[in-house]
Amino acid sequence: MSAHVHAAPAPVGGRLLNAVSFVCAVLILSAFAILALRFWGGLGAVTNLNDGYPWGIWVVGDVVIGSAFACGGFSVAMLVYIFNKGEYHPLVRPALLASLFGYSLAGAGVIFDLGRYWNFWHILWPGYASPNSVMFEVAACISLYILVMWLEFSPTFFEKFGWTNAQRKVGRAMFFLVGLGTVLPMMHQSSLGSMLIVFGTQLHPLWQTMALPAIYLISAITIGYAVVLFESCVAAAGYRRSIEMHLLTPLSKVMLGMLGLYLAIRFGDLIVRGAIATAFEPTLQAFMFWLESIAFVLPFWILGSPAKRANPANLFVGGAVLMIAGILLRVNSYLIGYQTGDGWSYFPSIPEMMVTFGMFAIEVLAYIVITRRFPVLPREDHAPAGQAA
Amino acid sequence: MHHELKELAEAWQARPVEERLGMSRRGFMQFCATLATTLGLPATAAAQMQTAIEQKRRPSVIWLHFQECTGCTESMLRAEHPTIEKLILDIISLDYHETLCAAAGHQVEAARRQAMADNKGKYILVIEGAIPTKEDGIYCKVGGQTAIEMTRECAADAAAVIAIGSCASWGGMPSTGPNPTGATGVAEVLGKPVVTIPGCPPNPYNFLATVVHFLSFGSLPEVDHLGRPKFAYSRLIHENCERRAHFDAGRFAMEFGDEGHRKGYCLYKLGCKGPETYANCPTIMFGDAGAGTWPVGCGHPCIGCTEQGVGFQKPIHMLAKVKNVEPPASYPSVGEPQGKGASLGSAAVLTAVAAAAAGAGAMFAKNLGKSHAEQQAAKDKDGKQDNKAAGRE
Repeated sequence: MSAHVHAAPAPVGGRLLNAVSFVCAVLILSAFAILALRFWGGLGAVTNLNDGYPWGIWVVGDVVIGSAFACGGFSVAMLVYIFNKGEYHPLVRPALLASLFGYSLAGAGVIFDLGRYWNFWHILWPGYASPNSVMFEVAACISLYILVMWLEFSPTFFEKFGWTNAQRKVGRAMFFLVGLGTVLPMMHQSSLGSMLIVFGTQLHPLWQTMALPAIYLISAITIGYAVVLFESCVAAAGYRRSIEMHLLTPLSKVMLGMLGLYLAIRFGDLIVRGAIATAFEPTLQAFMFWLESIAFVLPFWILGSPAKRANPANLFVGGAVLMIAGILLRVNSYLIGYQTGDGWSYFPSIPEMMVTFGMFAIEVLAYIVITRRFPVLPREDHAPAGQAA
Repeated sequence: MHHELKELAEAWQARPVEERLGMSRRGFMQFCATLATTLGLPATAAAQMQTAIEQKRRPSVIWLHFQECTGCTESMLRAEHPTIEKLILDIISLDYHETLCAAAGHQVEAARRQAMADNKGKYILVIEGAIPTKEDGIYCKVGGQTAIEMTRECAADAAAVIAIGSCASWGGMPSTGPNPTGATGVAEVLGKPVVTIPGCPPNPYNFLATVVHFLSFGSLPEVDHLGRPKFAYSRLIHENCERRAHFDAGRFAMEFGDEGHRKGYCLYKLGCKGPETYANCPTIMFGDAGAGTWPVGCGHPCIGCTEQGVGFQKPIHMLAKVKNVEPPASYPSVGEPQGKGASLGSAAVLTAVAAAAAGAGAMFAKNLGKSHAEQQAAKDKDGKQDNKAAGRE
């Protein structure tokens, strides 16, 4: 990493119990209650899943979208350590924190969604595992990445508890962990797209393409930056800190660059395959495709000029819109563009949605608790910390 | 005279096999391949059988009849692929067979003893019919000998003993209670296991394939614990039954001539013993009577004739014990739920959450913009003041 001097990370401090954490706790408790019902009475007791739609929002929301949102850590780490942009270093820890919980909960979400969850270990067990399957690749990569990320983030805990010996040991292996932490998400974020290729003609031509792995990977990296913009703005406002505009403004430019690459591949592929014609048919799929495409293009208009990028409101809206675009791409390709035959339909039930909201609530609560008590965000001497959250 | 006959016979044997069998070379090879398939053996086995059958020396076969109806022999005579009587007379040297022998009386008994002496340790003994054992077996005598004596005498020097039909296998129909003659199977009388080809009558090809296996490989085919060749008796009739789909779907004929019976539904509830009877009837049919002609194919429940304790013992109308899978009390629904669309509640919740998030985001962005504008204004003011200050200096 190039030499940059940054304020060392420090706990934000302040009270843990407030309106936001209370709402989160209520959502989390109700999600747990519903999950107890799910493990008691089976998937049919709480979800609208059926044989035609075995994957609902627990997979698409918690795992596919959740892990894409959790790409902030990986995207920023890649920028700092691989492309040697040391100036972004203060963003790494908070981004990694969001990723850590995003991925850990995605891993947990898979177990909620497995009908025979007690067999979950089969996919990684020699003899049961099928190394030729895309699913195996996703499962193996995500499990390994969760482990790697906890190790990457472990210095935060070691600092807090003063375990200098452990911190030194992890520090020595950190270059290797960062390398793994960059390769693993690249592998499985692209595989989340490859899984759809296996669906064949069940997937609408607007989404069914051999370019899906590239589309999924590049959109995940782009969304990683969008999440960092979003999260930095919200954290700064919540903790009454100054927004790190000197980092976020250039980061948004990097994001637009990746977004340009994404759009070139996405539309290039649609035109080359001729699938773009189906976008002009009067179907729900075409409508959703345009919604998704507009959400992907809007950030150029929101953050197009240097003046606009200097305004934190635009950074926040640009990041949020791109996150919505990422949601739409994944929901469209996994659920709306997926037609398994006449008569099948799926819309999440209220308990199903409550679990997904509960999962996101866990992420928010964990972020609040850890940033207030552990050294994650850079030290800020002039601002009063923790007036509200 | 005897010498001349022998020469004549040798000349007959010297002719090519296809001429002897009265069939084309191609037909003969097809026959061998068919037998190999019946036995479940590879194509190379057909070539071995061909060589064995083509040999000039035919093995001697002695065929005994005891308490039976001659159905097994009848069934054998009606086989047509090729006509079995040609085969039985040309592939093997049938030296003694009470139904087919032209000779009679002491002459034929002498011929049997002569053949046994000439082929000591090499001939095949086939026994058809149950052997009565009560009162020293006086209920069945041939040429003054009881069936027990005859069996023991002939089996002593035989290369192989084959019990054909259910009667010879375990006693069959004559052994049905109260079994006044004490009818029993060959194995029990000899006190050692023999190959059994049960059935009433058995399919001739099961017998023939066993004999040809012996000719070709010098050993009898693999058998189960009851001495039945596994190639023919290792599967339940139920497993390959043409009406099996009806059983699995729960469609049964409830009485003879009802709608289900006319439509060819499963005969299980009419007492079909297919689920507890081991035999290859569904695959090679019954006898050689043509396609689809076996009891179940014709609409009659299987009576379990190849299965000791079932055939001739359980009443025909009695329900069989299903040996592989018992039919379940109920079947899973085939009309699976195809999923519910959005309900008013779920759509409302999703919309409300999305709207709340959008509203919060908009408010948040507005505040951020406002504080940014204030900061800009302050900065501009500072800048102007700085400029003024610079101007004064």
